[in-house]
Amino acid sequence: MTRRRWTTVALLAAATFLAACGSTTTQTQTGDEDTSGLEFTDMWVKSADEGMSAAFGTIVNTTDSDITIVSGTSAASTMVELHETVADETGTMVMREKDGGFVIPAGGEYVLAPGANHLMLMDLQTPILAGDEVKFSLDLDDGSSVEFTAPAKDYTGADEQYMPGE
Amino acid sequence: MSLDKASRGVGRRQLLIGGAVAAVGAAAAVGADRLDLGGDEVLVDAHGRETVRFHGAHQPGIAITPQAHQSLVAVQLDPGTGRDDVRRLLSVLTDDARAMMAGKPALADPEPEFARIPARLTVTFGFGPGLVRIVRGAQDVPAWLGPLPAYPIDRLREEWSGGDLLLQVASDDQVTVAHAVRMLVKDTRSFGTVRWHQAGFRRAYGSEKPGTTMRNLLGQVDGTVNPRPGDASFADVVWRDDDWLAGGTTMVVRRIEMLQDDWDRLDRHGRELSVGRTLDVGAPLTGTREHDEPDFDATTPVGFPVIPEFSHIRRARSDDPTQVMFRRGYNYDLGPRGEMASDAGLIFTCFQRDLEHQYLPIQARLAELDLLNQWTVPIGSAVFAIPPGAAEGEFVGEKMFG
Ligand code: HEM
Ligand SMILES: [Cu+2]
Repeated sequence: MTRRRWTTVALLAAATFLAACGSTTTQTQTGDEDTSGLEFTDMWVKSADEGMSAAFGTIVNTTDSDITIVSGTSAASTMVELHETVADETGTMVMREKDGGFVIPAGGEYVLAPGANHLMLMDLQTPILAGDEVKFSLDLDDGSSVEFTAPAKDYTGADEQYMPGE
Repeated sequence: MSLDKASRGVGRRQLLIGGAVAAVGAAAAVGADRLDLGGDEVLVDAHGRETVRFHGAHQPGIAITPQAHQSLVAVQLDPGTGRDDVRRLLSVLTDDARAMMAGKPALADPEPEFARIPARLTVTFGFGPGLVRIVRGAQDVPAWLGPLPAYPIDRLREEWSGGDLLLQVASDDQVTVAHAVRMLVKDTRSFGTVRWHQAGFRRAYGSEKPGTTMRNLLGQVDGTVNPRPGDASFADVVWRDDDWLAGGTTMVVRRIEMLQDDWDRLDRHGRELSVGRTLDVGAPLTGTREHDEPDFDATTPVGFPVIPEFSHIRRARSDDPTQVMFRRGYNYDLGPRGEMASDAGLIFTCFQRDLEHQYLPIQARLAELDLLNQWTVPIGSAVFAIPPGAAEGEFVGEKMFG
């Protein structure tokens, strides 16, 4: 069983998508209905006073077609980047934006973890304190977006160097 | 997180054994590994996979057959800690406890593999007066929630006393306790500092029939006369029914050093008289079996009580049948030190709904007179309010914020 499962919330931008799925409502979905086909499991975000932070967890695609996450925002930071972590020529782990976004495979899952893929919060507007619940919104390639909430945890790892523009 | 995934399914080499492991306290097992011995299948880690339910009316680590290992950690909150900070702290710790007790890694656990073996892990929280003051204000701190009265026998040390937040972490596997304590303490570090830590143990799981009364390090059978989880009287003795503590209880922690080198000088008969029970099976000196009822009126041929008036069990037994506590003690042993062959004792803990009525009179009687006091010295003391269990979606202590 999954421990924490936020069924995703489709925003107004997804009205056409909803209609296509036979949904009768064109309003913002706030209920339990899972309209995006993405489930967010065990999400958490690293606490930080300022600067950068990152969110982790497992994203599950319950549909039978791939879903691509192309960008995102969060309450703590207007600029959320989709990062991967790679070893540079010296063996140092560095992170950079993932080309083509995060592709969540049909019926599969996509793991975000320290030292691997993650959602990067670029320029914190407010400190993220342990136990805070941080809201995220992710934009999908079909123009819709999904939301989830992640609790903040103190974590001393996950400080790979950032290599912008790679 | 991939481990999480792996333990979710029931693989070829795993099977569920939910009903096979019965224990007091809603235990169940998660998928266990089995060994195929040519037709006979043996569960190789059934006990390690056993879990205790986190959610419920009561917190998990009290009405349960005591686990083999238990660590108590008292956290001192930083000056300036506010109500919202306590809320954040308790929600993080609740989530850690829920996950680890279910055999899953806490969020952000850099060593998720440890979580696979909960071995009946329980995490139970207690609140000291400082924490309740922050959340509810000084006027709402119950009178009993504070240091016990000073007793003449006490040699209390600051470093073993007090505390704002208690973490009681118990499991049948010490590796599990070590990791769970580390995980929880890491999540308290931006809110406070560790004031004390007391590691305790009983017999290893499997050495004795589960539920056998423990033997303390003076060699006594300790815990015979004690309400049993599941007994009709247990709830009356332990659980409160008032306000934010309904479903909770009160807890006393006393660290009591044993003067084992002095005890060595006492012969066997003297040892038995000091408690009023035999050393072999823990029978009252007027009986033959552990659970025989002591006869405090029986006298020797020369006219003295068989169970001395000043023996521990005579002094600890009140004439008022409502003055009963639930004891859950653990041994501690810091090993040899200097001339001492051991630096050891008892981490005495007890739970009772009404500390003032059920605990204080008995503690006062024992402090006044108890033969055992010659070989035991209280060196630490703390009192905690134990909030009720958390419902699903709730954090432990949430009702305190109401
Ligand atoms: C190192 C300190 C202590 C040792 C070694 C010790 C040991 C024992 C032993 C061997 C027994 C008899 C078996 C049993 O019924 O459990 C006993 C009984 C008991 N002890 Fe202690 N004890 C200690 C401290 C305390 C303290 C601090 C309290 C409470 C303030 C306490 C309360 C009791 C009670 C209520 C009983 C049951 C009495 C009855 O038969 O009704 N003990 N203890
Ligand atoms: Cu990054």
